[in-house]
Amino acid sequence: MSDQKPVVTNPVPFRGGGFSPKPMKIVAPILFVIVIAIWESGSRLGWISPIVLPAPSEALTAFLDLVNSGQLTLHLKASLQRLVIGWTAGTLLGVTFGVAAGLFTMARGGIVPFVAAIFPIPKIALLPLFIIWFGIGEESKVATILFGTFFPTVITVYGGIDNVDRGLIRMGQSFNLNWWSIVWKIILPGALPAILSGFRISASIAIILLVAAEMIGAEYGIGAYVLLAGNLMAMDQLVAGVAMLSVLGLTVSWIIGRAEKYFLRWRV
Amino acid sequence: MPPFFYLVAVFMDLHLNNISHAYDNIEVLSEIYFRIEAGQIVCIIGPSGCGKSTLLRFIGGLERPNSGEVLLIGEPPKESLNPLTYIFQDFALLPWRTVRGNISLVLEDHGIRGKGANAIIDDVLARTKLSDFGDALPRQLSGGMKQRVAIARALSVRPACLLMDEPLSALDSQTRELLMDDLIELWIREKYTACYVTHNLNEAVRLGHKVVVLSRRPGKIREIVEIDIPLEERQEHSGLLQEKQNYLWDLMREEAMAADQELNQ
Repeated sequence: MSDQKPVVTNPVPFRGGGFSPKPMKIVAPILFVIVIAIWESGSRLGWISPIVLPAPSEALTAFLDLVNSGQLTLHLKASLQRLVIGWTAGTLLGVTFGVAAGLFTMARGGIVPFVAAIFPIPKIALLPLFIIWFGIGEESKVATILFGTFFPTVITVYGGIDNVDRGLIRMGQSFNLNWWSIVWKIILPGALPAILSGFRISASIAIILLVAAEMIGAEYGIGAYVLLAGNLMAMDQLVAGVAMLSVLGLTVSWIIGRAEKYFLRWRV
Repeated sequence: MPPFFYLVAVFMDLHLNNISHAYDNIEVLSEIYFRIEAGQIVCIIGPSGCGKSTLLRFIGGLERPNSGEVLLIGEPPKESLNPLTYIFQDFALLPWRTVRGNISLVLEDHGIRGKGANAIIDDVLARTKLSDFGDALPRQLSGGMKQRVAIARALSVRPACLLMDEPLSALDSQTRELLMDDLIELWIREKYTACYVTHNLNEAVRLGHKVVVLSRRPGKIREIVEIDIPLEERQEHSGLLQEKQNYLWDLMREEAMAADQELNQ
C-alpha cells in the first residue's frame, strides 16, 4: 500500500461559451444619455468651444426654433418627397430589371454588363449632368436618387433570384406548375430576403444622394438647411440638421426592419 | 365495361427504351432498358455516381437523355392531376408556406381552391397522419414529418406513378424505419406504382418488387432481381430477404469499391 499516491481530483476546466453577443436593450439608452451628459457639461464648463461644437441644449433650441417658425415642415416635406419619389421609382425599375436579368438569358446578357459599367460611377458625379438635362429643380434631384437606387437594386434582385434553391424550382416543374406560378410563388418569395436587404442598402444610398443633391440649388430640404447653417457658421443649426439626418436614417431602417419581420416571419 | 378496357383506362406502365446519356463527354448512363409495371415498386440501386438520380429525372421528364426514350404505355387514370409525381430527398417544401399551403400550392394550378382543396388536403393529411400539423411551418417539423408532408403533397395530385429519389436518405435511422413502414402500409392499402432510387439495399429488398442493379459509371444494367414475396408477407420472411440482400451486395461490392477509388472529375 505504500506506493499508492493520492489521486488528484479536479473538475474538467470549462472552455466553451463566449462568442455569442446578445442584444441588451438597456445598454444603448444609458450610453447615449452618458455621452450627451458629458458633451453638455463639457460645453458648459468651457472645455468645448461653442465655435467648434455647440452644446446639445443649444442644438435643441435651434431645432425648436425651426419647429416654431414652421420651417421644419417645409424642409422635411421637400426632403421626404424627393426621397420617396426617387427611391420608389428607382426600386420599382430596379426590381423589374433585376427580375428580368434573373429570369431571361437575353435580358441578363444586356443588363448585367451595363449595370457593371455604370454602378461604380459615384452618382454625385452625374448630378451636374442631370442638372443640365433636367434643370436645377426637383427633376435633377429625383433623378440622382433614382439612379443611385436603381443599380444596387438590380444587382441584389438578380443575385437573390440566382440563389433561390433550384430544387424548389424543379419541384414546381415536377408538379406541372405554370411559369407564372413558379415565378410568383417560388422564385420571388425565395429571393425576398435578398431583395429586402437590398432595400436597406439602396435606402441609405438614397439618403446620401438626397443630401448631396439638396446642397446644389435647393431652397428647402435638410441638405439645404445644413449647408446654409454651415455657410453662416450657425453650429447649433448644423448639429440640429445632422441629428435630423440620423433620425431619418434610423426611421428608414426601422421601417425596413418591420417589413423584414413581417415578410420573413417564416424564417428561423 | 369489358375488363380489357378497364385495364387500359386505369393502368399505366412506364417503359425505358435504351436510354444513354453523357454530360460533357462523360458517359453516365448506357443502354438502360426496363419497364415499370402498374402497381409495382421498382427499386434502382447502384454505387454512388452511377446516374441513378439522373435516370429518375429522365423518367419524370425533368431532363432529356441524349438517346433513347421513356414511353408511357396506356393512359393515366382520368382523375390523376399529375401522373408522374416526385418525392425528393431534400423534401423540397416551400419554407414560407404552411403544411396546408405547401399542399395547396400544387392544387392551385389545377383550379382547385377553397372547399375542394380543403377536402383533398384534409384527406391526404389524414392518410399521412399529419392532421394536427396543417398550420405548422416546415421549420417547426422534424425531418420525418417534412418527408410525410412531401408524401401527402404527392398523394394530393393522385399520381399514377411515384418517383422517389432517396426519400429516406436525409433522415436518421429510427425515423427511416418508421417511414419505411408507412410506405409499405401505404402500398398495401393503395397499391401505388413507384420507382424508388436508393443506395440502401435493405430498403430495396423490403419495398421492391423488382430491383434494378446498375453498375458504376457509366451506369449499365448489371442485373434485374425480382423479389416475388408479397410486400405484406415480407416481415415473416426475413431470412429470405437477407439472402436477397446479400446477393445484391455481392453484385455490387466490386462496383462500389471501384467507384469509391475513382477520382471525381
